[in-house]
Amino acid sequence: MPAAVQQVSWSELAAVLGEEHLRAATAADAFDGVAPRMIAEPGTAEDLARCLRWARGAGLKVTPRGGGTKLGWGNPPAACDLLLSTARLNRVDEHAWADMTVIAEAGCRVADLQQALAEHGQHLALDPLWPERATIGGILSTNDSGTLRLRYGSLRDLVIGITVALPDGTLAKSGGKVVKNVAGYDLAKLFTGALGTLGVIVQAIFRLHPLPRETRSLTFSGAPAALNQLLLSVLASRLTPIGLQLRAAPGGAQLDVRFDGTAAGIQAQVEQVLQLAAPTPAAADAPADLWTAHQAIWAGAAPALVARFSVLPARIAAVCALVERTAAARSLAWRLVVQGVGAGYVRLEGDEPALRATLLALREELAGTGETQPGGTIVALGCPLGVKRGLDVWGPAGDAQPVMVRIKQRFDPDGTLSPGRFLGGI
Amino acid sequence: MEARILDEFRAIVGAPDLITEPEQLSTYECDGLTVFRVLPLAVLLPTSTEEVQAIVRVCHRERIPFVARGSGTGLSGGALPAANGIVIGLSRMNRILEVDLPNLRVVVEPGVMNLNVTARVAPDGYFYAPDPSSQQVCSIGGNVAENSGGAHCLKYGFTTTHVLGLEVVLPDGSLAHFGDTTLDRPGYDLCGVFVGSEGTLGIATKVILRIMKKPEVVQVLLAAFHSTNEAGAAVSAIIAAGMLPAAIEMMDNLAIQAAEAAVHANYPDCGGLLLVELDGPAPEVATLMAEVVEACTSCGAWEIRLAQSDAERARVWTGRKAAFAAVGRISPAYIVQDGVIPRTALPFVMSEISRLSAERGLRVANVFHAGDGNLHPLVLYDDAVPGQDKLAEDLAGEILRLCIRAGGSITGEHGVGEEKKMFMSEMFAEPDLATMQLVRCAFDPEHLSNPDKVFPRPRLCGEKPGVYAPHPLETAGVAQRY
Repeated sequence: MPAAVQQVSWSELAAVLGEEHLRAATAADAFDGVAPRMIAEPGTAEDLARCLRWARGAGLKVTPRGGGTKLGWGNPPAACDLLLSTARLNRVDEHAWADMTVIAEAGCRVADLQQALAEHGQHLALDPLWPERATIGGILSTNDSGTLRLRYGSLRDLVIGITVALPDGTLAKSGGKVVKNVAGYDLAKLFTGALGTLGVIVQAIFRLHPLPRETRSLTFSGAPAALNQLLLSVLASRLTPIGLQLRAAPGGAQLDVRFDGTAAGIQAQVEQVLQLAAPTPAAADAPADLWTAHQAIWAGAAPALVARFSVLPARIAAVCALVERTAAARSLAWRLVVQGVGAGYVRLEGDEPALRATLLALREELAGTGETQPGGTIVALGCPLGVKRGLDVWGPAGDAQPVMVRIKQRFDPDGTLSPGRFLGGI
Repeated sequence: MEARILDEFRAIVGAPDLITEPEQLSTYECDGLTVFRVLPLAVLLPTSTEEVQAIVRVCHRERIPFVARGSGTGLSGGALPAANGIVIGLSRMNRILEVDLPNLRVVVEPGVMNLNVTARVAPDGYFYAPDPSSQQVCSIGGNVAENSGGAHCLKYGFTTTHVLGLEVVLPDGSLAHFGDTTLDRPGYDLCGVFVGSEGTLGIATKVILRIMKKPEVVQVLLAAFHSTNEAGAAVSAIIAAGMLPAAIEMMDNLAIQAAEAAVHANYPDCGGLLLVELDGPAPEVATLMAEVVEACTSCGAWEIRLAQSDAERARVWTGRKAAFAAVGRISPAYIVQDGVIPRTALPFVMSEISRLSAERGLRVANVFHAGDGNLHPLVLYDDAVPGQDKLAEDLAGEILRLCIRAGGSITGEHGVGEEKKMFMSEMFAEPDLATMQLVRCAFDPEHLSNPDKVFPRPRLCGEKPGVYAPHPLETAGVAQRY
């Protein structure tokens, strides 16, 4: 029987971890209206698993934390007694550069990993949010990605192996360190985007790609509808851009294209894309932070909602129009950035009731299939707590929900891990 | 099988699509791995999702195991029937339901042949990337079950990369949708979990595929080396130079001889042959191909040919794609093996395979997807010689153990199926397998969907791993172990 929470004997945990690696949480550790009591920083995967098993036995609720950059994503958990930090699990265990694979611990920061890989001219072909602070475990758990997705896919296409700790203390692996491998179930895909609700990722193995030899970017300005057409023309052409994104705000819209490869290959592609765009010219000076627009959209002083949406590439202009008219109805400032694959972020600025009403209106319109309705999903990621209260930030659960609930029950039968944070109350 | 159940099945699919005659059933007794054969109680050939659901509901109610089957080309016994169960053949569900070129999406039923997807979109300049060697006959549903690869997955990824959504009949007969035409549908990535689960989590009845635009230029280089070690060094040099070819394939001398005997591919008679395919914008391919030539030459290539036209490329590929079957020309019988190693372990693994081959007195022909370390050793034997089949099987097993020791995998694309389930506990530890079982039990607690495949030992859901203890269901007399 789990002990009642008030009788928790933290000294047991301190004995496992070492006194210095268990500390009381402060106000700065609160997230989503939840104030954790303690923070544990295990130094090995085994200690992390022991910690998790102990917490489960003590009847505590646990949320894993990497860099803490996306801790506010998801619904507010029903409770969090213990933050399980991966800060000390931060090693790059093995960069097999000749095999183009890397094994890294979950707490390894993305920028640190990339720096190590660059020594051999390689990278993890992913540009997630806040790489200086975000960790491997965090980007996996949130399934974060950026502009490179068009060419290299998202984490599900890059992760080839994973080790996870389950609430019963099991340490389990799936996949391995070879790129091609179909032995057993692909648990790495199950844990990618699961927001730490099934177990805690302690190590991951990725396939790597060579760093681009050279890159070159172009920007086109125009109305969203015309730029959406150009985007589709690029997708329908034999061009192989490494980046393709549309940015829109009340002032106007831009389409950014980036090519990589050899100088001659890039030049040929630039000429072709200019022909496709004619008579629209390309801007001569593209801003340096063009390809971090998906990160820049998070910055701003005003109270805001940042939501992730996904539509088909042909419906990008429709989503721009939808956001514009929905925001205008409540006089909200807005801007959005969307990748050529149809996944993007929208930022809305205004007071809580207006943000909440706009989110619900966007969700309803996206779910429809009419001519002006883009068809897709929207998930509220960053917003004041008042916007989240009483709604599921993930949107409606579909007919796969019963299986998801059964998976949660099998992996985490006592609801130890971030109860309520995931889709449909999981 | 009881008459009342057969009557029910007949009412669902219609009399012509219910097969119960032994001579007709024998068509379904094995897949591409013919060493395992089991006659099912019945075969049903549904034509719609609703029919599949109705069949599975009956199976669930009556606790009848079922095995879904596409074209039956699998090489690991994944579609081997359960002795006390039925086979659900999906070959009649073969419609391409939707083609959306601007958004690069095609929606198909599971019985559609792999190559028919590309055939449908090719006139507009598109293709479906995963290309297993059996692509002329294998079905998309089977590809989904096995997470099939092919020669071009080095650059383009596997089936899982190209499947965006699924409609699935779960083992209790309910319907669920995983993924979608749009990306990032909220929730667990069950589409990713389902692809490659070898039919153990349910039956896919609709598949949303991503298609791609054909590259501007495709060129294949053929390079002859004195040995596979030299050829392997060239592969490393190409990768180290920062290139990602569309495909890198390698064949050893015995495989070349077989290909020559079968399809006269006009390959040079050499110790190690490389095929390197580059695609992309024309100036890019020209620059990089020059670098590939240099890498091959510096590693000892003594003949290099460049195939540029479609016809030339097709001829070069014919020998490679026919290699498995071609071995039949030089040996009465053979086992196709499928293992993976880190590419850098190739010289060690090749010398070990030679040693094992010499020890057992059996020839081994080697065909590799060299870019991603996927080996296909072909163990040659004479089935007329008593005991030699067993010897060949042992040798094939030793090669798998070699792959595990080298840090690789027991299967890169053929699946575990029936054939390799005993090797799962050599590749994975008990907690790993127990954790995979949690997924299995969440989908299929009664173990009805392709039971007894993939995992080394059937385990009842709720059973603790370790020393045998009767499951509560066994004690209660509700279930039994067999």
